[in-house]
Parts: sequence; C-alpha cells; structure tokens
Amino acid sequence: MESEIKQFTVSIYTENNIGLLNRISAIFQRRHINIESINSSVSEIEGVSKWTIVVQLSEERMKKIQGQIEKQVEVIKAYYHTEDQIIYQESCLFKIKSELLFDEPEVQNIIKDSNARIVIVNKEFFVIEKSGKKEEIELLYRELSVFGIMQFTRSGRVSVTKDEMKISTMLKAFQH
Amino acid sequence: MKETQTLQEKATSKEATERISGSEAVIKCLLAEGVEILYGYPGGAIMPVYDELYKYQDKIHHVLTRHEQGATHAAQGYARISGKVGVAIATSGPGATNLITGIADAQIDSTPMVCITGQVGSHLLGSDAFQETDIIGISTPVTKWNCQITTASQIPEVIAKAFYIAKSGRPGPVLVDITKDAQFEEFDFKYEKCKGIRSYKPIPDTDKNSLKAAAELINNAKKPLVVWGQGVILGKAEEAFKAVIEKAGIPSAWTILGASAIPTKHPLNVGMVGMHGNYAPNVLTNDCDVLIAIGMRFDDRVTGNLESYAKQAKVIHFEIDPAEVDKNVKTDVAVLGDAKASLEALLPLLKANSHPEWHQKFKDLYEIEYEKVIKNELYPTKEGLTMAEVLKEINIQTKGDAAIVSDVGQHQMIACRYAEFTTTKSNITSGGLGTMGFALPAAIGAKMAAPEREVVMIAGDGGYQMTIQELGTIFQQKVPVKIVVLNNEFLGMVRQWQQMFFDKRYASTEMTNPDFVAIAKGYFIDAKKVTERKDLKASVKEMIDSKGPYFLEVCVEKEGNVFPMIPTGASVSDIRLE
Ligand SMILES: Cc1ncc(C[n+]2csc(CCOP(=O)(O)OP(=O)(O)O)c2C)c(N)n1
Repeated sequence: MESEIKQFTVSIYTENNIGLLNRISAIFQRRHINIESINSSVSEIEGVSKWTIVVQLSEERMKKIQGQIEKQVEVIKAYYHTEDQIIYQESCLFKIKSELLFDEPEVQNIIKDSNARIVIVNKEFFVIEKSGKKEEIELLYRELSVFGIMQFTRSGRVSVTKDEMKISTMLKAFQH
Repeated sequence: MKETQTLQEKATSKEATERISGSEAVIKCLLAEGVEILYGYPGGAIMPVYDELYKYQDKIHHVLTRHEQGATHAAQGYARISGKVGVAIATSGPGATNLITGIADAQIDSTPMVCITGQVGSHLLGSDAFQETDIIGISTPVTKWNCQITTASQIPEVIAKAFYIAKSGRPGPVLVDITKDAQFEEFDFKYEKCKGIRSYKPIPDTDKNSLKAAAELINNAKKPLVVWGQGVILGKAEEAFKAVIEKAGIPSAWTILGASAIPTKHPLNVGMVGMHGNYAPNVLTNDCDVLIAIGMRFDDRVTGNLESYAKQAKVIHFEIDPAEVDKNVKTDVAVLGDAKASLEALLPLLKANSHPEWHQKFKDLYEIEYEKVIKNELYPTKEGLTMAEVLKEINIQTKGDAAIVSDVGQHQMIACRYAEFTTTKSNITSGGLGTMGFALPAAIGAKMAAPEREVVMIAGDGGYQMTIQELGTIFQQKVPVKIVVLNNEFLGMVRQWQQMFFDKRYASTEMTNPDFVAIAKGYFIDAKKVTERKDLKASVKEMIDSKGPYFLEVCVEKEGNVFPMIPTGASVSDIRLE
C-alpha cells in the first residue's frame, strides 16, 4: 500500500533566498523524482515565500523527502497533500490567430463554454486565459488545437489547503 | 558625574561601529568567533583577506597547506578532535573547487566547518571571468548552508550565521563566497553573534512520552543492544551515555565514527558494528530483542542488507535530525532531541539491570572471532607483518592515549578494529565519504588543535600519496605528527574485493611505490622503514618518543585481507570470518 505511486502537492514555506531553488530541486533530482510543476510566490506572511510542487511518488518516499526539505536551514515548514486536501488551480494562455475568432463561431462557443477569458484581441492574434484543473485545461487545449494554436503555455499548480497550515504560530515559536 | 560618563561611553562604544574594509571585517568576524587557526591557500580573488591575515598574524594563525583539499581535511581534523568549528579559506575558481571533497566529507560526517572563498568582482559574476566558478551552485548539495556576499555590509551577519549553522544542531560545513569588491569595500563594522534563525530549529523538541516508551522497552528487554554513533560525541553526551548503559547493563557497540566515546576496554563495549566490525555485535544485532540506536544513522555499511536487519527487534532511535528517523530502518520509538539531554532524562526512568546470560553470548562469539581472526592478526606466526600488530605496538607505546587519524582502506578498518582508545574524540577518520587522502592533512589539524595529545596518522601506500604534499605543511609548521604508512604495495581494500568477488583480477591495484623514506627526508622529517618483525617494536618506540614529526613505513603482508566481513548485500548475521 505504502509503495503505491500517488500524486502529491507539496507546500513549502521558506525564507526568501535565491539559492533555495537549487537546494530544493536537488533533493528531488538526486532521487530521480521528476518535478511535474513548481511554483514560487509570496505567501500570506510578509517576507515568507511559498512553493507549490507537484510530484508523483510513494507516500513513504514523500515523507522522507519532506524531512529532507525541512532540514534545509531556510525552510520553515514543508507539507504534502493529496488532491482531496487542497483547492488548486493551474492557469494557461493560448495565442490564436484573430481570424478564427471572427470566422469560426465554434471557437467562440468553446471559449464561452470553457469559462476562458479573452485577454487581448488585435489584428493578427488574440489571447485567452483559462484557470482551472489540469483536465479542464487539457480539454480546452484539445478543442482549440483542432483550429490551430500559435502559442500555448501552462503555469505550475497553485494551491491552498482546506485545513489550516499553522505557519504564523510556528514562526513565533521559532523566534528565540 | 565621572562614573556616569564612562558608563555612557562604554554603552556607546558597544554600539559603536568602526569603518573598515570587508576583508578586515572577515578577520574580525573570525576573531569574534574564537578562531585561532585557519587553513588555506591564497590566490587573486582572496588576496585582500590574505593582506589582512598578514596584518593580524599575531592574533590568527594561517596555515598554508599544499593543496586546498588539504586545507579542508586539516580543518576537519581540527574540528573532530576539538569539537570547535574548523575554518578553511581559498581563492575562487580552482581554489574553491579543490575544497569540494573536504566539504562533501564534512557534510556526510557532520563535521562543523566554515569555508571562505574569494570570488571575482560582483560586476563580473556570470561573465565567465578569469577564475570564476559558480561555487555556490557547485557546493549546494554538499553544504549545510552556503551564501554569496556581494557587499561588505553583509559580511558580519553572514559569517555569524555561518558559524552558528556549522556548529549547532547536527553540525556540518558552510561555505561563504565573498566577491573581491566586497572585500575591498569599506563599511561601518559591528559584530553580533548569531543567536538563532527563525526558519531553523537546530534541536527538535523531545517528547516526554517517547522517553517513557523507550524506557519501558529497555526495562522489559531481555536482550537489549545499544549501537551508538558520532552523535554521542558531537552531543558531548559521553558521560550521560555511559551512565545509561551502565545502569541498564546493556552491551554496546559502535559505528566507526562513534569509536572512542567510551574507552575500548569498558566492560560494556562489545566492539564495532558494520562491514568489518566485530563478530558478536553484528551477529547479535539479529538476535537482540530491543535495538537502541543512539546518534547514528543506519548507514548501509553498518546495516548490511536492510531486509534482514534486526527484524526481530523493537527499534529505539535517539536522534537529533528528524530526517534520519525511519530513513533506513523503521523505528518503534523515536526519541528526537539532543543526545545528552535525552539520555540524562532517560536515566532515572531505567531499572538497574545486568543481563549476564546475554553478555555471555557476546563473550562466546568474541572467543570465536579471537580464535579465527584476532589472534592471527595480533600474534601472527607467519612471516609477513600484519597491519594489526603495528596497531598493537602503537597501543602499547602510547598506552591507548593517542588520537588515531586513519585514511581509507584496509588499514583504516584495522586501525578502527585494533586501536585502543581511552579518550573521546580520538578516532578521526573519513567514515561516510571514505575519502582517501584524508588522513595526513586531518592529522595536521588534529595535532594543531590538541598539541598536548599524541596524534598518530595511519595510511595505506595509496591514500598517503593522494595528499602526500602536506608533508610540506608539516615541515613548514613543524607539526609533530607521527606518520605511519602501512605499505602493502596494493590498493589493498580494492584488491581484497577483486580477490573475493572478481576472481583475483587485480585491475590497476598494484602500486609501484617511490622511496617513501627518502621523500620524508626530503622534507627534513625523520624517517624509517621497517620490513621485519624484530625491528617493529623499537621503531614504533622511536617514533612515539620523537619530539618532532616522524615518518614510519611498515612493509606489511601484500595480500592480507580484512576479516570479519559482511559482503555487500548480505545480512549482518551472515558475517564471514574467513
Ligand atoms: C579518493 C578515493 N578514491 C578511490 C577510493 C576507492 N578506494 C577505497 S579503499 C582503496 C584502496 C586504498 O588503498 P591504500 O591507501 O593503499 O590502503 P589499503 O587498503 O592498502 O590499506 C580505494 C582505491 C576512495 N575510497 N577514495
């Protein structure tokens, strides 16, 4: 059971430090674990960064890796979650030829039905943005690729947990 | 009136800053951290710091090693024998990359070390400038922490953090890379020691319940076995440890880095575990009912095949690093925290015990090992000299008081197996990384940190030649280390494996060696070579009696093997005696 490969979303709260990306990605790389997506941003606490990393591995290894991550001096706390413990989104951008928007009513329908948002339209191209789960984005991708996509990019996953992550209290406890 | 004035003056002078260069600040930081000796090698990008070292030479002693790797190992030897932070310094580029082996060694053996490297000017970073390497990138996976400084004002805070991180919690190496412009830049200097970092908790809290659970398991055990590691030494927990095992009467075995925490002759000391460890503690690991691991990390050289390691036992793990718990061996009770505090808290919870029948098992198995292995090693009847009889002679001449600094290979295993220790922090060797070339420079650092101690270095003819140039450092600094090379004209440990597992195909393990005595003499070091048993005693005595450094080459049996041995992949209880 324990060795079953699952998807985990890892949340890491850290001090701001340029070198940390290397340190954290090396922990996965050393063990041949592919990082599916990685996102770093500010967090709800001033001066504290939050990383969201998506990986596939057994829970047993996940636990050990959590320990290795937390061991890094500038890591405040690392958590890992399964999909049902989090609310998550990914975001993507499509760049598409403008004529399709005007000539293909189907394209307009797809955009409407998918809840995607038009960011910009000009003579040559238009850009739409879509946030959602990976599957929703993949569906939109499949639908639009029939008509031709000039450029596509998808962001890493961002997530918040359903349960509280007690970082602020923890930071207070750390303060000596 | 006058009094208040001086008080005020004092208060302001404490706050006051002085305007100095970044490089002078580096020296002042080191002095504030109590650094008296550092090991290094100069070069372009670190020259401003060397210029200050010149000015401060009466306060801080810089030792010029003959290679930057030597500087790191010397700093490690210094740290391992003293418990203080070792310091190494080098220039950018090749100077910095030459530090990496020592840093990796310190990382895996938890040795507190601060390395300072010069870096090209900050305006040149990323331009492939002369002697620019991304040493932060390169050292990241082998450092506990590292940091690049590009403005002088960062120097005090970063160096304070570096020392704090290197020595607190589970110790380790830290690298601080300072650009040349930051070294030249003047700023208002003020030093404050680091007292804590909010994201870093060096010592995890100890759960009282885990202590109770551990005590209960130990109190109910019929066949308890302790395996201790370097954590006992790093945590200064030797006395607390002794009190625990003595009260509960537990046979106790050590990993190589744990050696010397209690005396070799302590009645509860049942020897070394692991690949070339003693027979009884290895075999009985798979017989004990409670295995109590203290400050050790279940390295694969200790456990053999994990599938059949102590499966019958309940496992208790005393550990400072939460990431080590359940990493290799699943524990039943983990006691997180500082070894000394945990063991002191455990002591009153323990029942006095003696387990005489269980101890007898260790004695019986020791007898078997003695008959099959030890006797022949210590009192050989064959012509060729054995490595162990050299160790025996050293034990006799030093009364077991020496610090033994060993290199890597057969002689290392023999040194760890047969050296007698009476004092803690006396077994200095590269355990986790197995770095050939470690011993000679490490012995320099050890002797300089503890000049009152006899420091005997033991190396093979292979590893000795990896850092042989440090003889120059020994000569220049007049470091009275005793250098023993056990010459078997082979890369012995590899040859042993070739013999056992590769049908004696001795691929590139035979060594054609130079005249080692002449080389030592070339550095004006007294030297002697022993080829026959009858000369051994007197030569070892002459070496130990010598006031200055001394080199002794002992030509030993060429194809001797180290036993017992747990072949890779085998279980600890399948340890072979021949
Ligand atoms: C830097 C380095 N390179 C290679 C090895 C692999 N290795 C382990 S033991 C050994 C042989 C050591 O030979 P020697 O120094 O003569 O000692 P002996 O085993 O003969 O006592 C080698 C090559 C190593 N541990 N370290």
